[in-house]
Amino acid sequence: MSLLAELTHRCPLSCPYCSNPLTLDAPAGELSTAEWCDLFDQAAALGVLQLHLSGGEPMARRDLPALVSHAARAGLYTNLITSGVHLTADRARELAAAGLDHLQLSFQHADAAEADRIGGMRGAHGRKLEAAAHARAAGIPLTVNLVVHRQNIGAIAAVAAMAAALGAGRLEVAHVQYYGWGLLNRASLLPDAAELAAATAAVEAARAAHAGRMLIDYVTPDYHADRPKPCMGGWGRRFLNITPSGRALPCHAAETIPGLDFPSVRDQALAAIWRDDPAFHRFRGTEWMPDTCRSCDRRELDWGGCRCQALALAGDAAAMDPVCGRSDRHHVVRAAVADRPGLPPPFRYRQAPGRVAAGG
Amino acid sequence: MTAMASGDVPRFARGVRFRFDEVRGRWVLLSPEHLSLPDEHAVAVLQLVDGERTVADIAEMLARRFEAPAGMILADVLAMLDGLRAQGRVAR
Repeated sequence: MSLLAELTHRCPLSCPYCSNPLTLDAPAGELSTAEWCDLFDQAAALGVLQLHLSGGEPMARRDLPALVSHAARAGLYTNLITSGVHLTADRARELAAAGLDHLQLSFQHADAAEADRIGGMRGAHGRKLEAAAHARAAGIPLTVNLVVHRQNIGAIAAVAAMAAALGAGRLEVAHVQYYGWGLLNRASLLPDAAELAAATAAVEAARAAHAGRMLIDYVTPDYHADRPKPCMGGWGRRFLNITPSGRALPCHAAETIPGLDFPSVRDQALAAIWRDDPAFHRFRGTEWMPDTCRSCDRRELDWGGCRCQALALAGDAAAMDPVCGRSDRHHVVRAAVADRPGLPPPFRYRQAPGRVAAGG
Repeated sequence: MTAMASGDVPRFARGVRFRFDEVRGRWVLLSPEHLSLPDEHAVAVLQLVDGERTVADIAEMLARRFEAPAGMILADVLAMLDGLRAQGRVAR
């Protein structure tokens, strides 16, 4: 069981596929150091083993080393998911001393100008390269993460070579997921079938080229599939997301679903939320499923796919995931790929928490 | 990549942690995106992985402890550790 702690929505980058919601939490409402530490204790007691410290940019929190240190003492495996632009040599050493188990560093491209354009921050790529070196010098195991889309899909081999040179033990190549910002920018991001095939081949080639030195995990885009992914390993089964202001969610995009009222860890104990909260029960297990899913032999493999995607593409979070070939809305997914504009429109970037950006 | 050999010295790969989980009452093997719950045979092997012992040392200790034929134990230990090596959890 794992917990993703979105420590803050503040971030100096503004990636057009950001997993944060369109409406960002204001800094003033963020959980305090003591509230996060208490939550980590509760999570460990509940059986959470892995803690992903994310954001926004989690390093925007000055108390990050204290949070890592507390989580490590609680026995949690601590993984920092960061853009790296704030990671100096001193801060890397501080995090290593606090007991950080692993660091996942995001890259947008292997080419600096393209990377900076995609992430919406000038100079970011260069700082990420330095961050990787600082992490390795401090002895922190490193994963390089690349979110791929039509505007960087040709760079997989170059990013793999870069990651290997940076001393990463693992590379994660993940296609954009189309919720929130990703959905808003879908026409600028979605690959076509040929691009996807080339990307998959590039991942296979990179796996062979770096075998024994760097593992490569590959998360494929489900708009091109006929069977849905087991989103979050099933709703409320093994994953918890905590927003900066303390709302507990079964997945980071769950707040897009109307009619669900998500509890706050400021009001209730984490164990009670996990066990009893109606929002966590809403799509848990197989009882809620449409008949086609409930009678399907894959019901406990994909758990009905993704609820946020059903909402986004079929207009109903309780509908079949339209990615499934058995859904009567599957044509919507096919159309999204077929109707993709020939040239990607400009990105729409997020800005500081509290404002929704347009243009760019 | 060649398979694990009896003279190799296995160690946990960078970023991999093997620890006892009080909540579940069992040993867990943790890495950033993976969790596995090794069975009791695997736990017995992994408890002896310290970055100093060779696979042969580990197999010999287990053969003595379980009073089992050393050759058979060595084959099992090699297979198990090689599986974890292929998954990137164990290095040498």
